[in-house]
Amino acid sequence: MALILELAIQGAQMMLVLLLAPLLTGFVRKVKARLLRRQGPSLIQPYRDLLRLMRKEVVLADNASWLFRATPYLVFAATWVAAALIPTFATGLKFSWTADLIAIVALLGSTRFFLALAGMDVGTSFGGIGSSREVMIASLAEPAMLLIVFSLALIAGATQLSTVAAVMGSPDVGLRVSLGMSLIALVMVAIAENARIPVDNPATHLELTMVHEAMILEYSGRHLAMIEFAAFLKLLLYVSLISCVFVPWGLVTASASAGSYVLGVIVYMGKLAVCGVLLALFETAIAKMRVFRVPNFLGAALMLALLGTLLLFVSRSL
Amino acid sequence: MHGLTFDIAHLLAGGLVLVSFMMLYQDRLFALINVFALHAVVLALSVAWQAYIQDAHHLYVTAAIALVFKAIVIPVGLHRIIQRLGIHRDIETAVGIGPTMLAGIGLVTLSMVLMLRVTPEADPLAREDLAFALSIILLGLLVMVTRRNAVSQVVGFMSLENGLVLAATGAKGMPLVVEISVAFSILIAFIVIGVFLFRIRERFDSVDIGALDDYRGERR
Amino acid sequence: MISAAALLLGGVAALLGTAALAVVVARNGAATRLIYGSTLGVSAVVFAIVASHLTSDPAGASVVTLPLGLPWIGAHFRLDPLSTFFLVVVNLGGAAASLYGLGYGRHEPAPHRVLPFFPAFLAGMNLVVLADDAFTFLLSWEFMSLASWALVMAHHREKDNARAGYIYLVMASFGTLALLLAFGLLSGPGGNYTFDAMRAAEPNQFVAAAVLILMLLGAGSKAGLVPLHVWLPLAHPAAPSHVSALMSGVMTKVAAYGFMRVIFDLLGEPTWWSSVVVLFLGGLTAVLGILYALMEKDLKRLLAYSTIENIGFIFVSLGLALAFEANAMPLASALALTAALFHILNHSFFKSLLFFGAGAVLTATGERDMEKLGGLIHRMPLTSFVFLVGCVSISALPPFNGFVSEWLAFQAILQSPDLPQWGLKVMVPAVGGLLALSAALAAACFVKAFGITFLGRPRTAAVEHAHEVDRYSLAAMFALAALCLLAGILPGLVIDNLSSVTLSLVGNRMPVQMAQPWLSIVPIAESRSSYNGLLVFLFIAVSASLAAYVIHRFASRALRRGPAWGCGFPDISPAAQYSAVSFAQPIRRVFGTFAFRATEKVEMPPPGATGPARLDVEMHDPIWETFYRPIAGAIGFAAERLNHLQFLTIRRYLTLVFLYLVTLLLVLALWP
Repeated sequence: MALILELAIQGAQMMLVLLLAPLLTGFVRKVKARLLRRQGPSLIQPYRDLLRLMRKEVVLADNASWLFRATPYLVFAATWVAAALIPTFATGLKFSWTADLIAIVALLGSTRFFLALAGMDVGTSFGGIGSSREVMIASLAEPAMLLIVFSLALIAGATQLSTVAAVMGSPDVGLRVSLGMSLIALVMVAIAENARIPVDNPATHLELTMVHEAMILEYSGRHLAMIEFAAFLKLLLYVSLISCVFVPWGLVTASASAGSYVLGVIVYMGKLAVCGVLLALFETAIAKMRVFRVPNFLGAALMLALLGTLLLFVSRSL
Repeated sequence: MHGLTFDIAHLLAGGLVLVSFMMLYQDRLFALINVFALHAVVLALSVAWQAYIQDAHHLYVTAAIALVFKAIVIPVGLHRIIQRLGIHRDIETAVGIGPTMLAGIGLVTLSMVLMLRVTPEADPLAREDLAFALSIILLGLLVMVTRRNAVSQVVGFMSLENGLVLAATGAKGMPLVVEISVAFSILIAFIVIGVFLFRIRERFDSVDIGALDDYRGERR
Repeated sequence: MISAAALLLGGVAALLGTAALAVVVARNGAATRLIYGSTLGVSAVVFAIVASHLTSDPAGASVVTLPLGLPWIGAHFRLDPLSTFFLVVVNLGGAAASLYGLGYGRHEPAPHRVLPFFPAFLAGMNLVVLADDAFTFLLSWEFMSLASWALVMAHHREKDNARAGYIYLVMASFGTLALLLAFGLLSGPGGNYTFDAMRAAEPNQFVAAAVLILMLLGAGSKAGLVPLHVWLPLAHPAAPSHVSALMSGVMTKVAAYGFMRVIFDLLGEPTWWSSVVVLFLGGLTAVLGILYALMEKDLKRLLAYSTIENIGFIFVSLGLALAFEANAMPLASALALTAALFHILNHSFFKSLLFFGAGAVLTATGERDMEKLGGLIHRMPLTSFVFLVGCVSISALPPFNGFVSEWLAFQAILQSPDLPQWGLKVMVPAVGGLLALSAALAAACFVKAFGITFLGRPRTAAVEHAHEVDRYSLAAMFALAALCLLAGILPGLVIDNLSSVTLSLVGNRMPVQMAQPWLSIVPIAESRSSYNGLLVFLFIAVSASLAAYVIHRFASRALRRGPAWGCGFPDISPAAQYSAVSFAQPIRRVFGTFAFRATEKVEMPPPGATGPARLDVEMHDPIWETFYRPIAGAIGFAAERLNHLQFLTIRRYLTLVFLYLVTLLLVLALWP
């Protein structure tokens, strides 16, 4: 019985991230539009987009290979699995030990690996430009992310997210310099990973400035729907990650009552909303960078993360 | 004494290091000066917090001096100088940002290791604060070393001085008189350098201090 | 009952016999099949023996002494857990390369230059691992080097191969010299060359330091540690592809074996600073190796450079193990050592696989230059599939095997704040950052390798007429790809079988993994960290199929082929695609200006002119220019100066000899 309940909660989490991901993106778009004094699309527009794309026919380039067709599903599945492993409203889920934080980072790395390959599959120069820039961004963002994971793991003594969240929620962590550095670095990485302004513009189709959109330029129909969905999920994943590590309050621990789960979900949605507003504010306030300024931006994130980790290592002897 | 109050002091000191790093990363003059203003604001907060927890009222004066002079007067002055010199669009990096940041990390590590080694019996958090102060000083020097432009060297110099103030307030020493005289000496230095800048500018049509080397015939 | 070690020596003898046979029959038409068939058989049998030995009762050592070699000590051979593990790596790689050779060897233009040396090379590697005295070890090491040199020189008329062979020979001799001195120091003034005696001796601190440095020079030059790696990217690609696979996937591991045997086993208690040296060199090697690989456009050289990166990873893990062992943290040390051993196994799988794939491409198109390939996924679907598996594995992406060893190494790094020394406290996180950086760059590198070679549109006519390779080659590649996946989803199985090696070297082991629920791996405790490759694999497979099913069932399955969209630009020429060099351009701009002093120069024709614009990229090899060019210059200078010695009169020559003799006697007389 307990097993079935645990499985049900795990399943609920998987469904929850799937349902909330487009809403979060829609929310951010809405807030951004309102900040610009535009009406903006409705909150549920991303759902409509997805459904419309799914029902459309796929137009496939003549020389697209099986890899091109398999990639959307792989990317979607890997992102979904990664998102489902992050504590959103509850910690200690049935399968939360399947992959720790390092593995989640690597899972996201594999989605990018396949997307970059898919960008090169058709053999247009746009795909190449997107892929080559994406791997350049990743080559800085990924080590930064891993160093952030190191910092968190050193403070919490674990790379298991449930444990990290529990330790961060306990009062004996306190304010720490290296935590602050990790938070800033994590936000910078999250912005780069989700192709947000100032690194990339999710709304652009201006050829020479786009990175993520250039990679997926040849996709259409249900394939594009899968990739878009994966992008929504990824944004949700990073927001959940930041909120579960740095704002771990309101997370439901194992074997709580049904009411507390409902409360947990409500708190979680509140966190999402706050993060969404902050993201929209940030994106509205800042201009997009040139592509070759991005390495400086991410290099700063990398250095911050490294500094945080070093501080932890060095001050550990106190 | 320990707990949240110390955590906040510590966080502010760490924040100061962080802002020093941001200074390394800026390659535009206006951005650099804005970051310097932020540096001074964080310093003022940090000093004020020290004043609060040490119950030392003269430190409030120090904080106010930092806030008024370093966060407002000097940045505004520098802004004006830059505009009058017409160099606000200059981008100047003598050394690339990546190596500079790496060197910065090395310096911070060095000061941490050094401070933690030479003061084994002191209070742990105070030790780390001292280490932070030393790293701010070293980072300020690094800014001075890696920049070509005289204005950014001034900024580096003043951020270095901020590190000194942080060290002094953390160590519960430094009488107010010394404090004020240091602050004024900085102000004088700022004015002298400002005048100096215009002189260089008049003579060489540039504030790149490489021009001075050329004049002395030392460059290559 | 004949002992296991004797049985293995029988296997080595069989390989040497095959080599001798190959000399006789090499020019015969059926020789290829015969020789590779028999090496396959012998390697498979030896593999079966050592694998069963490793899984059953590896703790006991089995010793054989033959009356060969130096008359007063004989030739000692010994099978203990460490050598058993490395024999598994060697013979698995050997069997796969033989199987591949059955097909690939048929395209060999000069089989008599390859066939005799291939079994000899395998025999040499087996002997190095089995050797239990310094003389046998060095002899086998030289034998291995020379056999592989002969294989590098198999196509000696091709451009640059002679130079590759020359540099390889110089570096190999230098490495052996360093090893010779290291063993000389270890054996001490008594001069007892058996490993048993060395193990018993307690060298003082200076001797230990000297031995460490000499081993880093000797074994490191064979393994490809920066800055001793220069021969590797020249020599490995020059050999036939299955030999490249053996050299990269296996021989570098034999070098790592030599290092581990001496440093962990013979030298006794390590000091903490020795780990700092190893960590530094390993981290440097990892990042520089993969940066070189990213700048490369020759597929096989790219793979060779990536080998350097992986060697760096292995040495970082070994350095961590040393650091923990020096500070009496046996569990963490076992964890780091397991990561190193696991990665050694993994790398032998995927690097062999990738070299086989490169060989298949070479057979099918005659090209190694990626700029002339492209679109092979349509012409060679099976090869491209297994090559993709290799790329995913080497990029350390879950659920394949490369990720597991990397994950273990990161877990080991997270154990290191408890280390007391300041040097290590600063070094370890920096090296962790370097490892993370090299992992991310490796993924970029293999996106490039696969994307430029197999995806896109064909860049030359040779590619358009390519065909899938033969079944033997495919069988070898599929077997290795399956091993990559298996080791990735059942890591507990591998880790448990490595426990005897870590027990024998650092006196501890990781907890039993196969007893964990759901077959996850848990280095210390589940609340700290755990990873389950099997479930990750299943979850991804299930949710991908579910998504595909739901969409195809309920939404749409319509599909239409059309010309590529490309933002409406009809670019007809495949030359407009991204090339290997242009793909690496962003990364070159970020890292290359620092690491290689890369500069780009654009020459634009003036407005109205119809000439092409030119982009010139200039890069410098920092290692070659700082270390090797001065040495080569000094040697050239000295040779120039000594040249006139060749034109002396006989009287002068006699004077020289006489003076030399008198000097020697003087030294002897004055020696205290």
